[in-house]
Amino acid sequence: MNELTFSLVILGGSLLAGLLGSLTGLGGGVVLVPMLALLFKVDLHYAIGASLISVIATSSGSAAAYVREGFSNMRIGMFLEIATTIGAVFGAWLATRTPTRGIAIVFGVVLLYSVYLTFQRHEDEIVGHNKWSDRLKMNGTYPGPGGKEISYGVKHVGGGFATMLGAGTLSGLLGIGSGAVKVLAMDHIMRIPFKVSTTTSNFMIGVTAAASAGIYLRRGYVDPALSAPVMIGVLIGSLIGARILVRVNVRALRTVFAVVVFFLAVEMIYNGIIGKV
Amino acid sequence: MKFTDLNDEQVEGLIGQVLRIGTTVSCGITFIGLCIFMVHNARAIPHYHIFLSSLGQFYGPSQLMQHVMQGQATALIELGILILIATPVARVAFLVIAFALERDHMYVGVSALVLVILLYSIFFSQ
Repeated sequence: MNELTFSLVILGGSLLAGLLGSLTGLGGGVVLVPMLALLFKVDLHYAIGASLISVIATSSGSAAAYVREGFSNMRIGMFLEIATTIGAVFGAWLATRTPTRGIAIVFGVVLLYSVYLTFQRHEDEIVGHNKWSDRLKMNGTYPGPGGKEISYGVKHVGGGFATMLGAGTLSGLLGIGSGAVKVLAMDHIMRIPFKVSTTTSNFMIGVTAAASAGIYLRRGYVDPALSAPVMIGVLIGSLIGARILVRVNVRALRTVFAVVVFFLAVEMIYNGIIGKV
Repeated sequence: MKFTDLNDEQVEGLIGQVLRIGTTVSCGITFIGLCIFMVHNARAIPHYHIFLSSLGQFYGPSQLMQHVMQGQATALIELGILILIATPVARVAFLVIAFALERDHMYVGVSALVLVILLYSIFFSQ
């Protein structure tokens, strides 16, 4: 395969990854990195470098659409970004010191856990205002069914903050947005309504990824000719995904995607163990 | 619209626009760079399976614009990537100002801290 064919195939694959990532809410990176590494035999460092750049593109590119819907909460996002950016710097530092096999194994485990999390959906349980959410001004409202504004508070700020440190570290180590872990922290631990969690998470992903970008660039993980088609493909795919989301049977799609990601995860772990990455 | 009347929704709307414009410009420049790259390298054989560090392909701040003006492919892609990395940073910087205009001192501090961590990591972290 020459550069032109390779680039076109990568562009198409990245578009598909971005599309599936945005439809299922897992993000483009989770399928992109295994695709580049396992299918196209791209070195794992280049794969996570290209993925990290595409993560920023997706987050910034779709932000305008999410803002219009009025779901995201700037204060919660900003406060938790202290944790994710510190985590991301640490994660990127770890990436430069972890053997490739180790990164592959951790990646596989995170994939499995992300799939598990997407099936752990529970009903929103709106928590009222309390001491911490008042003090940190994290209470908010969002448009509920029928356009009625629903008011919510926030619980377990400390636990959420600690989990975000972990989410940031994984993002920096693996070059993914780690949206699933961010939603875990906000939705499951802090009891923030699901729609608010997912849109705020999307906002945070770009800032988190930017915090590891400097280290990735200086370590030479970002190859220009590889990152360009990946970044453009994932962005276009995720924008298409956001548009057709309402017309797609997300439940069925999520099941199919989960099966695909499960096998990718197992293969990443297997390749990591036998050292074939 | 007086700035002191700025509310959260308007601020977010404005930030959303900034992010979208930044992403569009960045992807446009990157795409032009990729096309020029293909004009010269379409038949070359890619070697991404071996990690060689791409650092040598990047230009320093003093040479980048000069190579961009000459239409150098990787310089254009580099510029696109740098603009893209700048969009979330601009978003945080914008929020520092917005919270200051809202006189929300606590969140001026929070967003300023995030901005410092970001700038430190982009320019200094190894």
